[in-house]
Amino acid sequence: MDSISKKTKDSPNSTDSPESTHPSSFPDEVLEGVLSLLSFNKDRSSVSLVCKDWYNAERWTRTKVFIGNCYSVSPEIVARRFPKIRSIILKGKPRFSDFNLVPENWGADIQSWLVVFARVYPFLEELRLKRMTVSDESLEFLAASFPGFKALSLSSCDGFSTDGLKAIATHCKNLIELDIQDNGMDDFGGGWLSCFPENFASLEVLNFASLNSEVNFDALERLVTRCKSLKVLRVNKGITLEQLQRLLMRAPQLMELGTGSFQQDLTPRQCAELESAFSNCKNLHTVSGLWEANSLNLPILYPACASLVFLNLIDATLQSGELAKLLAHCPNLRRLWVQDTVEDKGLEAVGSCCPLLEELRVFPADPFDPDILHGVTESGFVAVSRGCRRLRYVLYFCRQMTNAAVATIVQNCPDFTHFRLCIINPGQPDHLTNEPMDEAFGAVVKTCTKLQRLSVSGLLTDLTFEYIGKYAKNLETLSVAFAGSSDRGMQCVLGGCSKLRKLEIRDCPFGNAALLSGLEKYESMRSLWMSACNVTMNGCRLLAREMPWLNVEVMKDEESDDSHADKVYVYRSVAGPRRDAPPFVMTL
Amino acid sequence: MSIPLEHDYIGLSETSSLERSSDKISSSSSTVTTKDENSNVFNLKETELRLGLPGSLSPERKAGLGISLFGKDFEDKTNGYSHSPLKNFVSGAKRGFSDAIDASGNWDLSMNGGSEVDLAKGSVLFPPTGGKSALEKINTQQSCLPGPAKKDAGVHSPQKPIQEKKTSPANDNNSAPAAKAQVVGWPPIRSFRKSTMATNSAKNSDGVDEKSGSGCIYVKVSMDGAPYLRKVDLKTFRNYAELSSALEKMFSCFTIGQCTSHGLRGREGLSESCLMDLLHGSEYVLTYEDKDGDWMLVGDVPWAMFTDSCKRLRIMKGSEAIGLAPRAMEKCKNRN
Repeated sequence: MDSISKKTKDSPNSTDSPESTHPSSFPDEVLEGVLSLLSFNKDRSSVSLVCKDWYNAERWTRTKVFIGNCYSVSPEIVARRFPKIRSIILKGKPRFSDFNLVPENWGADIQSWLVVFARVYPFLEELRLKRMTVSDESLEFLAASFPGFKALSLSSCDGFSTDGLKAIATHCKNLIELDIQDNGMDDFGGGWLSCFPENFASLEVLNFASLNSEVNFDALERLVTRCKSLKVLRVNKGITLEQLQRLLMRAPQLMELGTGSFQQDLTPRQCAELESAFSNCKNLHTVSGLWEANSLNLPILYPACASLVFLNLIDATLQSGELAKLLAHCPNLRRLWVQDTVEDKGLEAVGSCCPLLEELRVFPADPFDPDILHGVTESGFVAVSRGCRRLRYVLYFCRQMTNAAVATIVQNCPDFTHFRLCIINPGQPDHLTNEPMDEAFGAVVKTCTKLQRLSVSGLLTDLTFEYIGKYAKNLETLSVAFAGSSDRGMQCVLGGCSKLRKLEIRDCPFGNAALLSGLEKYESMRSLWMSACNVTMNGCRLLAREMPWLNVEVMKDEESDDSHADKVYVYRSVAGPRRDAPPFVMTL
Repeated sequence: MSIPLEHDYIGLSETSSLERSSDKISSSSSTVTTKDENSNVFNLKETELRLGLPGSLSPERKAGLGISLFGKDFEDKTNGYSHSPLKNFVSGAKRGFSDAIDASGNWDLSMNGGSEVDLAKGSVLFPPTGGKSALEKINTQQSCLPGPAKKDAGVHSPQKPIQEKKTSPANDNNSAPAAKAQVVGWPPIRSFRKSTMATNSAKNSDGVDEKSGSGCIYVKVSMDGAPYLRKVDLKTFRNYAELSSALEKMFSCFTIGQCTSHGLRGREGLSESCLMDLLHGSEYVLTYEDKDGDWMLVGDVPWAMFTDSCKRLRIMKGSEAIGLAPRAMEKCKNRN
């Protein structure tokens, strides 16, 4: 074997480092060739730690970068390390910003990143942003700076409007994907859709379901007709059933469909046409939308149901009977999202019709209306668990739960990786025994050894957290609200959950002792959020002092006193303290 | 019937003993003098230590509907309270109804036991550092069982609900705890979804909320004897018949005891008179609150006018609708 390594070519750093005299077993080109086949960034991270050669080979071959916290690193650092990036995923604000716990103008602005990217990655193709602030100017800049730009996905972002979308539609000639989800954006009308040039035909993914304004249907129909590779189409509720039928006829190759309004009064002929359109879509595996779907119109879906893998009904307010009838046609369902208007009876139908189900999300139809008490209970959940033994992901909003039910559920479904249970009333005990829900979550962590994500709720003492610390060895994300009795709870979690990456806590009696017990641990985590707990400014200052690689940020509420740290956000960073922090964010 | 028991349970002797124990808790908590300080808090009055019917003491509630056991319950923001007593009525035994009877008996015991424990926790949970008013708010509401309507609106007292939930459920064996706070960011539903759902639901109070652009008219429907409210979109019905059959389906579980004996269930194509018959025969009357706040009998006016003016529906027991019942009967007779 040739032991002389050809290091000179694409590894500028290698001549600088002492390890470069170490002979490599094979040339860089081979190493790079091999490493370029690695797609998972976790693997790539491992590879990069082997030695300098491998670190370099890896960085030169990485094309996709995932940055889970935009403040953990700076765009310059990213650019320096990875010269060949084509695809970037960036996440900004803490997750609790989804629930209005983070004030506006907190940061996570994409612009500073785009400026660097424009310089370093002119061939950038994909940008997927979550909880970032994106202005229309940034979108215009994006459209102008990257001629080969292909895919834009904006989820839970804010700061932009349909004007920004116009820029994207107009200038991104190679666009393949435009995915706009759940954003705090301004909707000034549906004219953006008409900005796609008439010869533009490359779109494969188009999602504008969350936009309210009507688009020009003719423009949409023409667009859909031209884009022969369109795989994902999610329209908004301005599109009627009649219009949907026409779109489906144009795009029978669709794999994922988000319908518009499902409420129209249809003639029998129209029904037949729609059924026929649905049965033409042989590749359809995901359906969403279905606004105001009623029992009269749902049957037009039936021809497509046998091959459905993901059914998202969160915008369709279905009752139990309607759901049951629909699910009877969907034996292959793996993922189901519903509103709790389907009630326990609807969930029983889930259990009996969908044995292959892996993911269930049940959202409350009226979460903020205190009078409404219908919804789902523990029996619905148990019914699902009996029929769907392969469940691994559940998000369940309910107004009552029992320890016994949860124990049964995890007995039936021990493979949970994501268990997010939200008992809507904070601090509510087991409704039959009046005891805390400790044993429920104890059962979850004891039985579900693969558990990666857990959200707890209900009346919980420190015992819950003792269980979590002791048993949840694979836990990566934990969300806690209105729970715990003392610092010990949080200490147990920090001490026991070795794989913990994200910990978000609100309204719990955890104080400085708890915060500081994680001193060593926070560097191995992405972030910690604590709001409305008992942490003080001094505790935070101490943490910041001891751990220079952590950014310790505090946001104070108006009425609180000086010593109380109302909202604490701690995260590791190689970029140092934020330079763009607004006045209400104090970096300690 | 156990009506006298319900009265007891709700307002009379039980109340006083409960109030006593509530007072005990309140006085033993560290900061007691907070009721006044919290007077700026929305609905504070309803969070004071009262254990009467939630609606019975609030001035803004409309009176004069006769003796209505649960008449105003559903207009108030609490349900937990109404749960237990109602269950005695219903033979459907949907949610452990029989427990309700035990609940009333155990009231004192669980109250004391639970609240003392929780109180002890309370002092650990919220040391008076920072002087957060949340602590004070917590203590005022500690013993508000089902009584308290809304918790303090939003402001920033997220810690408060913890305490409240810890004590009140102790008394509320089978049902969801009472008042739900306007806690910021809870339940954890994304703002985006919140706003789309907010267009569907009535904000802050009962009433019609017209969703602009799609013309939905959601009204709350309450039924005497039912533990929870429902909502219907009046736009989905074209006439009274459709409305009544939908309501019948919705609340059928609660009228099981009544309807089967009359063999009226499962009838298709109910006309207005049939509706009255059904309801009358099963001792229920369908009423609605119109824009002026008057309670009217459903069926009096043309459908379009009804959907325009109806703010909420209530399926009232015939015996409750003292002022309305005779008219109902008359109308029935006239139609027949």
